[in-house]
Amino acid sequence: MEYLNILFSETYKILFLLLPVLVSVAMIVWLDRRIWAFVQKRKGPNVVGPFGLLQSLADALKYIFKEIIIPASSNKIIFILAPVVTMTLALVAWAVIPFSEDFVLADINVGILYIFAISSLGVYGIIMGGWASNSKYPFLGSIRSAAQMVSYEVSIGVIIINVLLCVGSLNLGDIVLAQEKIWFVVPLFPMFVIFFISALAETNRPPFDLPEAEAELVSGYQTEYSGMMYAMFWLGEYANILLMCALGSILFLGGWLSPLDIFPFTMIPDPLWLIIKILFLFVLFALVKAIVPRYRYDQLMRLGWKVFLPISLIWVVLTSGYLMYFDLLPKN
Amino acid sequence: MKISRFLKTVFMLDFLRGLIIAIKEMFKPKKTINYPFEKGKISPRFRGEHALRRYPNGEERCIACKLCEAVCPAQAITIESSERQDGSRKTTRYDIDMLKCIYCGLCEESCPVDAIVQGPNFEFATETREELYYTKEKLLENGDRWESVLAANIKADNPHR
Repeated sequence: MEYLNILFSETYKILFLLLPVLVSVAMIVWLDRRIWAFVQKRKGPNVVGPFGLLQSLADALKYIFKEIIIPASSNKIIFILAPVVTMTLALVAWAVIPFSEDFVLADINVGILYIFAISSLGVYGIIMGGWASNSKYPFLGSIRSAAQMVSYEVSIGVIIINVLLCVGSLNLGDIVLAQEKIWFVVPLFPMFVIFFISALAETNRPPFDLPEAEAELVSGYQTEYSGMMYAMFWLGEYANILLMCALGSILFLGGWLSPLDIFPFTMIPDPLWLIIKILFLFVLFALVKAIVPRYRYDQLMRLGWKVFLPISLIWVVLTSGYLMYFDLLPKN
Repeated sequence: MKISRFLKTVFMLDFLRGLIIAIKEMFKPKKTINYPFEKGKISPRFRGEHALRRYPNGEERCIACKLCEAVCPAQAITIESSERQDGSRKTTRYDIDMLKCIYCGLCEESCPVDAIVQGPNFEFATETREELYYTKEKLLENGDRWESVLAANIKADNPHR
């Protein structure tokens, strides 16, 4: 009986986290399209609901009623599994995101490693989708995606080492609390920029959306997908983007902390600050999509391996040297 | 030269300038319209859905000269005619296959009595192909419905012909 109680309370907690995440994913798609349209002086989706807010729900409804086509030559099990894997992995990582000091689903001590591991696994959904489609464009798209995500994961990992050197803990809550004096975006600003750009590449966002470059690869690994399976890829992709924004705001923008510890700022509850920061980063994501042209593939690889990796490695040396010299290394 | 370019790249000056321009553009008036609720302006010469017009006394204008049938490059028009009891020649059949039509406006151009015209309506999509085989009744009905607009358009365009 006790066991059941725990099960129910945990399920309740998970739903309490997942449903808002899913709803915000839908809203964020709307925001993305809207910002994109505004930069191009278009109106964007504005018909369904007030300001078009329900556009994503209408789209989702459409996808639910669409036929799912499974290509005859595809590997059916893997083909069906791929979008499931993508979406599950994108949602599972939210377990360790702290919304305030005690508002976190799983307060584990290796939170950042967990997120890193899960987002590395994310590439499997894409590879599986591309390979199981048994068709040229999805395959090329997934190969590109795999190479791209692996390359940029390396520099993200090194950037995270920078932050961890300053914190001395892998727990996301501790990382946020370590920024009480100053957000890491100030001392580690170049790392923040590189993290942001790597996050763009990691989530296959423009200008690094080569895996689904319409002009060359139709729609990349999603080409053969239709109906709800396509929608799941789509949801997973945006949940990943949101996750990267959350990670960015926790690592560099002080998570749930308010920018100044004075009256009008302290009025706003902690989780709201995290949401505001996530939204700020997402608006940047959307603006970048609207203004930057797509990179060529060799430029993308050059940027990842020859620019970001050396810079972030050098920065690790600089950070650790600085911390050692001034005896600022966190001790516990 | 090289150093300035290097600094530009490192500090992403071009990107930041683009970002500022993008944010400025976001608050400028929109170039697009709320289509189903507001529509763009249409020229009097616009070549939309066809219509057969009547004289003010209700008599059909068409005299079955078949010039439009002859000139139609897509051969979308089919006309059959016979003599009416009062001795005038009138069409017994006037079909336009709207699926063949290329909306070139030559039928309108060739008509000596301004009977067949192309009106301002472009929203006549249907769910079946059959609905787009327009008959004489359908065309006359179109003419009756759009007559005021059609007459105004012909008048507005007249000085330029």
